[in-house]
Amino acid sequence: MVALDASSLMGDRGAQARVTMLALMAALLLTGLLSLSHGASGVSLWSLIEALTSGQAMPDRDRLILWEIRLPRMLTGVLVGASLAVAGAVMQGLFRNPLADPGLVGVGAGAGLGAVVAIVLGGLAPLWLTQAVGYHLVPLAAFLGGWASTLVLYRVATRSGRTSVATMLLAGIALGALAGAATGVLVYIADDRQLRDLTFWGLGSLGGASWPKLLAAGPVMALALVAAPFLARGLNGLALGEAAAHHIGLPIQRVKAVAILTVAAATGAAVAVAGGIGFIGIVVPHLLRLATGPDHRFLLLNAGLAGATLLLLADLIARSIIAPAELPIGIVTATLGAPVFLWILLRRRGLVDL
Amino acid sequence: MLISNDIRVSLGKVPVLHGISAAARAGEVTVIVGPNGSGKTTLLRALTGDVAFQGRVCLNGQDCARLRPWELAALRGVLPQASALAFPFTVAEVVRLGLTVATHANRAELVVRALGAVDMEGFARRLYQELSGGQQARVQLARVLVQVWEPVVAGVPRWLFLDEPVASLDIAHQLAVVRLMRDFARRGGGVVTVLHDLNLTAMAADRVWLMDQGRLTGQGAMAEVLTDAALELAYGCPLRVGRLPALGGWFALPQAAGVA
Repeated sequence: MVALDASSLMGDRGAQARVTMLALMAALLLTGLLSLSHGASGVSLWSLIEALTSGQAMPDRDRLILWEIRLPRMLTGVLVGASLAVAGAVMQGLFRNPLADPGLVGVGAGAGLGAVVAIVLGGLAPLWLTQAVGYHLVPLAAFLGGWASTLVLYRVATRSGRTSVATMLLAGIALGALAGAATGVLVYIADDRQLRDLTFWGLGSLGGASWPKLLAAGPVMALALVAAPFLARGLNGLALGEAAAHHIGLPIQRVKAVAILTVAAATGAAVAVAGGIGFIGIVVPHLLRLATGPDHRFLLLNAGLAGATLLLLADLIARSIIAPAELPIGIVTATLGAPVFLWILLRRRGLVDL
Repeated sequence: MLISNDIRVSLGKVPVLHGISAAARAGEVTVIVGPNGSGKTTLLRALTGDVAFQGRVCLNGQDCARLRPWELAALRGVLPQASALAFPFTVAEVVRLGLTVATHANRAELVVRALGAVDMEGFARRLYQELSGGQQARVQLARVLVQVWEPVVAGVPRWLFLDEPVASLDIAHQLAVVRLMRDFARRGGGVVTVLHDLNLTAMAADRVWLMDQGRLTGQGAMAEVLTDAALELAYGCPLRVGRLPALGGWFALPQAAGVA
């Protein structure tokens, strides 16, 4: 306790951040269980616990629902939510701006274009390629789309180590429009089956989650989530500006390259598997910075936990509000996230002092 | 030893530095002075690799261009003219950023001592962005100080490169920074700094590089370079350099035309 007091006197918010981390872990565990037990059929949390504790086998139907539908959906939700929040936090650190978010600045649209290309033109790909990548084709294409748009955005918006917020946002609009136009062309030439896939995917939903899809996109997201904490020191240094970050001994070119790859992988895979889910990447890191400060050593981990929890909650709402039908989750996150985003802007108008 | 070997810098097609060759020693404070636009800051930025240049910079006998960022950071701390901070870090968190390559046993204590050195103890928990410009400048200086806290490590001197470290400070804190630089040099480290104030330069410098229009017009011991004639030539106005009768300290004062 003494050490904790001394460090908090020193302006170290690490202790606070660690407590927050524990609370978020508990919250994620709870929402995870809730997500497993909630659904159109009557497999409840209690019957699950009962089956586990009493040693009696669950009815086949229940086990099927749990293993083949709810578990992949829950795990997909955890990975997608964590990826979106971490991608937001990394991108904000890279651009040194709390408004940078893959969804806002066209990276999501770029990843989306990649995914649509794979869905619509995937049949034209040479057979060896389709055989080699299989289910990975869509997440891979989305990753490439996200990577290309992040690179272009960084080149356009950042001059000699300084990022112009206005240029970044406007370039994001242009990139988004371009990707949207290209997506439109592809939608136009898509056949009926592809159209159904696209519509379902475009609104953003965890409804299509399955083991094959999770196994295809999950490793990409997991890789990005594992890489992100190694960026913490570099992103902290970048807050001082590129020159100062270099002078405190950080290999900034490498930090920037890894950060861009991480954003692209996390956004691309998340978009590929769940479509356009907005606002997680901007709202979660912002609220965490308010609560425990901007130190990326804690921010990145906590953003992952909070993003996963929030997306599971949004999915629960999407599944229950018009049950037995379900709402696309993108609608829920936008309805909840957009007002919070506006509130952030009202509170801190200085942020967009272009 | 810091050696600048024929450094040339052009901004676009305009040459800004015309081949600067000069040396600074560890154990001394070297001050770069000169009128506006003479190339002081550009020279310092070339020395720290922040601007593209032709020529060579050697620090302690090693070519800076061949050193990795973390090797350079272990050798020198750099304070730029203006510092920005992207997110709401506290003062202590900002200073701690300077510890990236540090090998000290007690990092927390180092942060406290550095904040004390710039007269900012008690501000550790405050948000950096809520401080005044002068206070922010002192926090940035503390961040640079923790990076090279010991002026000599294993017999190798370390360096401070400070671009106008007193620009937004009040007079008491200007003098504190002068003491800090002199102390760092007295204990064996090297200091290279750009100063505007000739009076502070006379007080702080062991060695002076006098710049004019992108050229070095004088380098050497302070009293040899800062002469009435040389300063009048560079700045185009009459200046008197001398020692205070009572205390023996150096001063450089402007003489208003028709008054002197």
